[in-house]
Amino acid sequence: MHTAEHTLEEILNLAAAHFKVPRAKLTPDDDFFKALKIDSLQALDLLTKLEHHFHVELPDYELQGVSDFRTLASRIQARL
Amino acid sequence: MKNFQGAALSWDTKDGVIELALHRAPCNEIGTVTLEELEKFVTALPVLQEQAHSLILHSTMKSGFCAGADLSELYYGAQKLQSQEAARGIRDFLQRIHKVMNTIDAAPLTTIAALHGVTFGGGFELALVCDLLIADKMTRFCFPELRLGLIPGFGGIPRLKRDLGNGVVRDLLLTGRSFNATKAQQVGLVSQLVGEGEALRVARGTAAQLGKFDRQTAIAAKKFIKPIPYDELKQEIEIFCDLFSKPAVQSGLKKFVESTEALSYLP
Repeated sequence: MHTAEHTLEEILNLAAAHFKVPRAKLTPDDDFFKALKIDSLQALDLLTKLEHHFHVELPDYELQGVSDFRTLASRIQARL
Repeated sequence: MKNFQGAALSWDTKDGVIELALHRAPCNEIGTVTLEELEKFVTALPVLQEQAHSLILHSTMKSGFCAGADLSELYYGAQKLQSQEAARGIRDFLQRIHKVMNTIDAAPLTTIAALHGVTFGGGFELALVCDLLIADKMTRFCFPELRLGLIPGFGGIPRLKRDLGNGVVRDLLLTGRSFNATKAQQVGLVSQLVGEGEALRVARGTAAQLGKFDRQTAIAAKKFIKPIPYDELKQEIEIFCDLFSKPAVQSGLKKFVESTEALSYLP
Protein backbone atom coordinates (compact mmCIF):
# COMPACT_ATOMS: atom_id res chain seq x y z
CA MET A 1 0.00 0.00 0.00
CA HIS A 2 1.44 3.34 -1.08
CA THR A 3 1.15 6.22 1.34
CA ALA A 4 0.97 9.74 -0.11
CA GLU A 5 4.54 10.41 1.07
CA HIS A 6 5.76 7.20 -0.49
CA THR A 7 4.10 8.07 -3.82
CA LEU A 8 5.63 11.55 -3.78
CA GLU A 9 9.08 10.17 -3.02
CA GLU A 10 8.84 7.63 -5.84
CA ILE A 11 7.79 10.33 -8.32
CA LEU A 12 10.74 12.51 -7.34
CA ASN A 13 13.15 9.57 -7.69
CA LEU A 14 11.70 8.51 -11.01
CA ALA A 15 11.71 12.04 -12.48
CA ALA A 16 15.29 12.60 -11.34
CA ALA A 17 16.46 9.33 -12.88
CA HIS A 18 14.55 9.71 -16.17
CA PHE A 19 15.59 13.30 -16.84
CA LYS A 20 19.06 12.89 -15.31
CA VAL A 21 18.65 15.60 -12.67
CA PRO A 22 20.30 15.15 -9.25
CA ARG A 23 17.59 13.91 -6.87
CA ALA A 24 18.81 16.31 -4.18
CA LYS A 25 17.89 19.26 -6.40
CA LEU A 26 14.19 18.33 -6.53
CA THR A 27 11.69 19.28 -3.85
CA PRO A 28 7.96 18.44 -3.64
CA ASP A 29 6.76 21.97 -4.39
CA ASP A 30 9.03 22.54 -7.39
CA ASP A 31 7.45 23.38 -10.71
CA PHE A 32 8.47 20.19 -12.51
CA PHE A 33 8.66 21.87 -15.93
CA LYS A 34 11.27 24.27 -14.59
CA ALA A 35 13.04 21.88 -12.24
CA LEU A 36 13.40 19.18 -14.90
CA LYS A 37 13.74 21.68 -17.80
CA ILE A 38 11.15 19.82 -19.85
CA ASP A 39 8.62 20.80 -22.53
CA SER A 40 5.13 19.44 -23.14
CA LEU A 41 6.35 16.48 -25.22
CA GLN A 42 8.79 15.45 -22.49
CA ALA A 43 5.99 15.87 -19.94
CA LEU A 44 4.15 13.15 -21.87
CA ASP A 45 7.17 10.90 -21.38
CA LEU A 46 6.99 11.56 -17.65
CA LEU A 47 3.27 10.78 -17.67
CA THR A 48 3.92 7.47 -19.44
CA LYS A 49 6.72 6.56 -17.03
CA LEU A 50 4.48 7.30 -14.04
CA GLU A 51 1.56 5.30 -15.47
CA HIS A 52 3.80 2.29 -15.94
CA HIS A 53 5.48 2.62 -12.58
CA PHE A 54 2.24 2.95 -10.58
CA HIS A 55 0.10 0.80 -12.91
CA VAL A 56 -2.51 3.54 -13.29
CA GLU A 57 -4.11 5.45 -16.15
CA LEU A 58 -3.87 9.18 -15.76
CA PRO A 59 -5.94 11.11 -18.33
CA ASP A 60 -4.04 14.22 -19.35
CA TYR A 61 -6.97 16.52 -18.53
CA GLU A 62 -6.47 15.58 -14.87
CA LEU A 63 -3.07 17.21 -15.12
CA GLN A 64 -4.45 20.52 -16.32
CA GLY A 65 -3.04 23.23 -14.10
CA VAL A 66 -0.78 20.75 -12.30
CA SER A 67 2.87 21.75 -12.34
CA ASP A 68 4.30 20.73 -8.95
CA PHE A 69 5.32 17.26 -7.80
CA ARG A 70 3.10 17.31 -4.69
CA THR A 71 -0.13 17.91 -6.64
CA LEU A 72 0.96 15.39 -9.26
CA ALA A 73 1.45 12.84 -6.48
CA SER A 74 -2.04 13.52 -5.12
CA ARG A 75 -3.57 12.91 -8.58
CA ILE A 76 -1.76 9.58 -8.80
CA GLN A 77 -2.54 8.67 -5.19
CA ALA A 78 -6.25 9.11 -5.99
CA ARG A 79 -5.99 6.30 -8.54
CA LEU A 80 -3.99 3.79 -6.50
CA MET B 1 12.93 5.09 -57.19
CA LYS B 2 14.38 2.35 -55.03
CA ASN B 3 15.47 4.88 -52.46
CA PHE B 4 14.76 8.51 -51.72
CA GLN B 5 16.08 11.13 -49.34
CA GLY B 6 13.76 14.09 -48.84
CA ALA B 7 13.27 16.97 -46.44
CA ALA B 8 10.62 15.19 -44.39
CA LEU B 9 11.11 11.49 -45.10
CA SER B 10 13.26 8.93 -46.80
CA TRP B 11 12.83 5.38 -47.99
CA ASP B 12 14.98 2.46 -48.91
CA THR B 13 14.36 -1.17 -49.87
CA LYS B 14 16.44 -4.07 -48.63
CA ASP B 15 15.77 -7.81 -48.59
CA GLY B 16 12.16 -7.36 -49.65
CA VAL B 17 11.38 -4.76 -46.98
CA ILE B 18 10.70 -1.11 -47.74
CA GLU B 19 11.53 1.17 -44.83
CA LEU B 20 9.91 4.60 -44.82
CA ALA B 21 11.50 6.86 -42.20
CA LEU B 22 9.99 10.16 -41.09
CA HIS B 23 12.62 12.71 -40.11
CA ARG B 24 11.17 16.19 -40.01
CA ALA B 25 11.83 18.19 -36.83
CA PRO B 26 10.42 18.68 -34.32
CA CYS B 27 8.11 15.65 -34.47
CA ASN B 28 7.24 14.93 -38.10
CA GLU B 29 4.33 17.37 -38.29
CA ILE B 30 2.46 16.68 -41.53
CA GLY B 31 2.24 19.75 -43.77
CA THR B 32 2.67 20.38 -47.47
CA VAL B 33 6.29 19.18 -47.63
CA THR B 34 5.51 15.84 -45.96
CA LEU B 35 2.39 15.41 -48.07
CA GLU B 36 4.33 15.99 -51.29
CA GLU B 37 6.96 13.45 -50.30
CA LEU B 38 4.32 10.93 -49.23
CA GLU B 39 2.76 11.42 -52.68
CA LYS B 40 6.14 10.71 -54.24
CA PHE B 41 6.29 7.54 -52.17
CA VAL B 42 2.87 6.24 -53.25
CA THR B 43 3.74 7.08 -56.86
CA ALA B 44 6.88 4.97 -56.52
CA LEU B 45 5.05 2.19 -54.68
CA PRO B 46 3.89 0.11 -57.70
CA VAL B 47 7.53 -0.38 -58.70
CA LEU B 48 8.82 -0.79 -55.12
CA GLN B 49 6.26 -3.44 -54.25
CA GLU B 50 7.39 -5.65 -57.15
CA GLN B 51 10.55 -6.31 -55.14
CA ALA B 52 9.06 -6.23 -51.65
CA HIS B 53 6.71 -8.10 -49.34
CA SER B 54 6.64 -5.66 -46.40
CA LEU B 55 6.70 -1.98 -45.56
CA ILE B 56 7.87 -0.54 -42.24
CA LEU B 57 6.95 3.02 -41.27
CA HIS B 58 9.00 4.57 -38.48
CA SER B 59 10.43 7.83 -37.22
CA THR B 60 14.02 8.83 -36.57
CA MET B 61 12.91 11.72 -34.34
CA LYS B 62 13.54 11.21 -30.64
CA SER B 63 10.25 12.80 -29.55
CA GLY B 64 8.07 10.29 -31.31
CA PHE B 65 6.50 8.84 -34.42
CA CYS B 66 4.49 11.88 -35.49
CA ALA B 67 2.71 14.72 -33.67
CA GLY B 68 0.05 15.06 -36.37
CA ALA B 69 -0.86 17.81 -38.81
CA ASP B 70 1.34 20.90 -39.04
CA LEU B 71 -1.03 23.23 -37.22
CA SER B 72 1.18 26.30 -37.66
CA GLU B 73 1.14 25.84 -41.43
CA LEU B 74 -2.61 25.25 -41.30
CA TYR B 75 -3.28 28.35 -39.22
CA TYR B 76 -0.91 30.82 -40.92
CA GLY B 77 -1.80 29.44 -44.35
CA ALA B 78 -5.51 30.00 -43.72
CA GLN B 79 -4.83 33.53 -42.40
CA LYS B 80 -3.41 34.61 -45.75
CA LEU B 81 -6.46 33.48 -47.71
CA GLN B 82 -10.09 34.49 -48.09
CA SER B 83 -12.33 32.00 -46.26
CA GLN B 84 -13.56 30.38 -49.50
CA GLU B 85 -10.01 29.94 -50.76
CA ALA B 86 -8.93 28.50 -47.39
CA ALA B 87 -11.85 26.05 -47.49
CA ARG B 88 -10.84 24.92 -50.99
CA GLY B 89 -7.24 24.54 -49.85
CA ILE B 90 -8.27 22.38 -46.89
CA ARG B 91 -10.47 20.17 -49.02
CA ASP B 92 -7.69 19.73 -51.56
CA PHE B 93 -5.16 18.85 -48.82
CA LEU B 94 -7.54 16.32 -47.25
CA GLN B 95 -8.35 14.67 -50.56
CA ARG B 96 -4.64 14.35 -51.32
CA ILE B 97 -3.72 12.93 -47.92
CA HIS B 98 -6.68 10.52 -48.05
CA LYS B 99 -5.42 9.27 -51.41
CA VAL B 100 -2.00 8.61 -49.87
CA MET B 101 -3.45 6.94 -46.77
CA ASN B 102 -5.87 4.78 -48.81
CA THR B 103 -3.05 3.65 -51.11
CA ILE B 104 -0.82 2.56 -48.22
CA ASP B 105 -3.80 0.99 -46.42
CA ALA B 106 -4.64 -1.16 -49.47
CA ALA B 107 -1.05 -1.79 -50.63
CA PRO B 108 -0.34 -5.44 -51.49
CA LEU B 109 2.35 -5.53 -48.82
CA THR B 110 2.21 -6.32 -45.14
CA THR B 111 2.62 -2.93 -43.52
CA ILE B 112 4.06 -2.35 -40.06
CA ALA B 113 4.13 0.85 -38.02
CA ALA B 114 7.12 0.81 -35.64
CA LEU B 115 6.11 3.36 -33.02
CA HIS B 116 7.61 5.29 -30.15
CA GLY B 117 6.74 8.44 -28.25
CA VAL B 118 4.15 10.91 -29.49
CA THR B 119 1.71 9.35 -31.97
CA PHE B 120 -0.94 12.03 -32.08
CA GLY B 121 -3.68 13.16 -34.46
CA GLY B 122 -2.52 12.76 -38.07
CA GLY B 123 0.43 10.67 -36.83
CA PHE B 124 -1.97 8.27 -35.15
CA GLU B 125 -3.99 8.22 -38.39
CA LEU B 126 -0.86 7.39 -40.39
CA ALA B 127 -0.12 4.50 -38.02
CA LEU B 128 -3.71 3.27 -38.40
CA VAL B 129 -3.28 2.61 -42.11
CA CYS B 130 -0.75 -0.09 -41.23
CA ASP B 131 -1.63 -3.77 -40.80
CA LEU B 132 0.45 -4.23 -37.63
CA LEU B 133 1.30 -1.72 -34.93
CA ILE B 134 4.45 -2.47 -32.97
CA ALA B 135 4.90 0.07 -30.21
CA ASP B 136 7.55 0.63 -27.61
CA LYS B 137 6.18 1.17 -24.14
CA MET B 138 6.79 4.95 -24.25
CA THR B 139 4.37 5.41 -27.16
CA ARG B 140 1.31 7.61 -26.53
CA PHE B 141 -1.75 7.78 -28.74
CA CYS B 142 -4.19 10.67 -28.89
CA PHE B 143 -6.80 12.35 -31.05
CA PRO B 144 -6.61 15.95 -29.79
CA GLU B 145 -8.67 17.42 -32.65
CA LEU B 146 -11.81 18.20 -30.64
CA ARG B 147 -9.71 20.66 -28.65
CA LEU B 148 -9.43 22.67 -31.87
CA GLY B 149 -13.11 22.39 -32.79
CA LEU B 150 -12.36 19.71 -35.37
CA ILE B 151 -12.51 15.98 -35.88
CA PRO B 152 -9.55 13.89 -37.08
CA GLY B 153 -9.35 14.50 -40.83
CA PHE B 154 -6.85 12.00 -42.22
CA GLY B 155 -9.14 8.98 -41.98
CA GLY B 156 -8.72 8.29 -38.27
CA ILE B 157 -12.28 7.67 -37.12
CA PRO B 158 -13.34 5.22 -39.86
CA ARG B 159 -10.08 3.29 -39.49
CA LEU B 160 -10.21 3.20 -35.71
CA LYS B 161 -13.84 2.08 -35.93
CA ARG B 162 -12.80 -0.63 -38.35
CA ASP B 163 -10.18 -1.92 -35.93
CA LEU B 164 -11.63 -1.36 -32.44
CA GLY B 165 -14.82 -1.32 -30.42
CA ASN B 166 -16.87 1.84 -30.49
CA GLY B 167 -16.42 2.54 -26.77
CA VAL B 168 -12.67 3.03 -27.22
CA VAL B 169 -13.20 5.17 -30.30
CA ARG B 170 -15.63 7.42 -28.41
CA ASP B 171 -13.29 7.68 -25.41
CA LEU B 172 -10.32 8.73 -27.57
CA LEU B 173 -12.32 11.06 -29.76
CA LEU B 174 -14.65 12.71 -27.26
CA THR B 175 -12.27 13.14 -24.30
CA GLY B 176 -9.21 13.98 -26.40
CA ARG B 177 -7.11 12.18 -23.79
CA SER B 178 -3.95 10.34 -24.66
CA PHE B 179 -3.22 6.80 -23.67
CA ASN B 180 -0.09 4.71 -23.46
CA ALA B 181 0.97 1.67 -25.45
CA THR B 182 0.08 -0.79 -22.69
CA LYS B 183 -3.52 0.41 -22.77
CA ALA B 184 -3.38 0.40 -26.59
CA GLN B 185 -2.34 -3.23 -26.53
CA GLN B 186 -5.08 -4.09 -24.02
CA VAL B 187 -7.76 -2.68 -26.35
CA GLY B 188 -6.33 -4.49 -29.38
CA LEU B 189 -4.74 -1.58 -31.21
CA VAL B 190 -1.11 -2.57 -30.71
CA SER B 191 -0.15 -6.10 -31.69
CA GLN B 192 3.31 -6.16 -30.09
CA LEU B 193 4.39 -4.13 -27.09
CA VAL B 194 8.17 -3.87 -26.84
CA GLY B 195 10.82 -2.24 -24.67
CA GLU B 196 11.90 1.36 -25.06
CA GLY B 197 13.75 1.88 -28.36
CA GLU B 198 13.06 -1.66 -29.62
CA ALA B 199 10.12 -1.10 -32.01
CA LEU B 200 12.13 -0.86 -35.23
CA ARG B 201 14.28 -3.89 -34.41
CA VAL B 202 11.19 -5.99 -33.64
CA ALA B 203 9.44 -4.67 -36.76
CA ARG B 204 12.42 -5.76 -38.88
CA GLY B 205 12.33 -9.22 -37.31
CA THR B 206 8.59 -9.47 -37.96
CA ALA B 207 9.06 -8.35 -41.58
CA ALA B 208 11.76 -11.00 -42.09
CA GLN B 209 9.27 -13.63 -40.93
CA LEU B 210 6.58 -12.30 -43.31
CA GLY B 211 8.98 -12.74 -46.23
CA LYS B 212 8.79 -16.52 -45.75
CA PHE B 213 5.10 -16.64 -46.71
CA ASP B 214 3.68 -16.97 -50.20
CA ARG B 215 3.05 -13.41 -51.28
CA GLN B 216 -0.21 -13.99 -53.14
CA THR B 217 -1.65 -15.74 -50.07
CA ALA B 218 -0.64 -12.86 -47.83
CA ILE B 219 -2.23 -10.38 -50.25
CA ALA B 220 -5.47 -12.39 -50.38
CA ALA B 221 -5.60 -12.64 -46.57
CA LYS B 222 -5.07 -8.91 -46.14
CA LYS B 223 -7.71 -8.03 -48.73
CA PHE B 224 -10.18 -10.34 -47.01
CA ILE B 225 -9.63 -9.09 -43.47
CA LYS B 226 -8.97 -5.38 -44.01
CA PRO B 227 -11.64 -3.63 -46.06
CA ILE B 228 -11.16 0.11 -46.70
CA PRO B 229 -14.15 2.11 -45.36
CA TYR B 230 -14.33 4.41 -48.41
CA ASP B 231 -17.84 5.79 -47.77
CA GLU B 232 -17.05 6.82 -44.20
CA LEU B 233 -13.73 8.28 -45.28
CA LYS B 234 -15.53 10.53 -47.78
CA GLN B 235 -18.04 11.50 -45.09
CA GLU B 236 -15.19 12.42 -42.78
CA ILE B 237 -13.83 14.94 -45.31
CA GLU B 238 -17.28 16.59 -45.56
CA ILE B 239 -17.67 16.86 -41.78
CA PHE B 240 -14.12 18.20 -41.37
CA CYS B 241 -14.60 20.84 -44.07
CA ASP B 242 -17.92 21.90 -42.56
CA LEU B 243 -16.37 22.28 -39.10
CA PHE B 244 -13.30 24.08 -40.49
CA SER B 245 -15.50 26.97 -41.62
CA LYS B 246 -16.67 27.65 -38.03
CA PRO B 247 -15.04 30.49 -36.04
CA ALA B 248 -14.18 28.11 -33.16
CA VAL B 249 -11.51 26.47 -35.30
CA GLN B 250 -9.57 29.63 -36.09
CA SER B 251 -9.61 30.67 -32.45
CA GLY B 252 -8.60 27.14 -31.38
CA LEU B 253 -5.72 27.08 -33.86
CA LYS B 254 -4.64 30.60 -32.86
CA LYS B 255 -4.59 29.61 -29.21
CA PHE B 256 -2.53 26.52 -30.01
CA VAL B 257 0.10 28.09 -32.29
CA GLU B 258 0.56 31.18 -30.13
CA SER B 259 0.65 29.32 -26.84
CA THR B 260 3.85 29.47 -24.85
CA GLU B 261 2.43 27.29 -22.08
CA ALA B 262 4.29 24.13 -21.22
CA LEU B 263 1.16 22.02 -21.59
CA SER B 264 -0.04 23.58 -24.85
CA TYR B 265 -1.45 20.28 -26.04
CA LEU B 266 -4.11 20.45 -23.33
CA PRO B 267 -7.39 22.27 -24.06
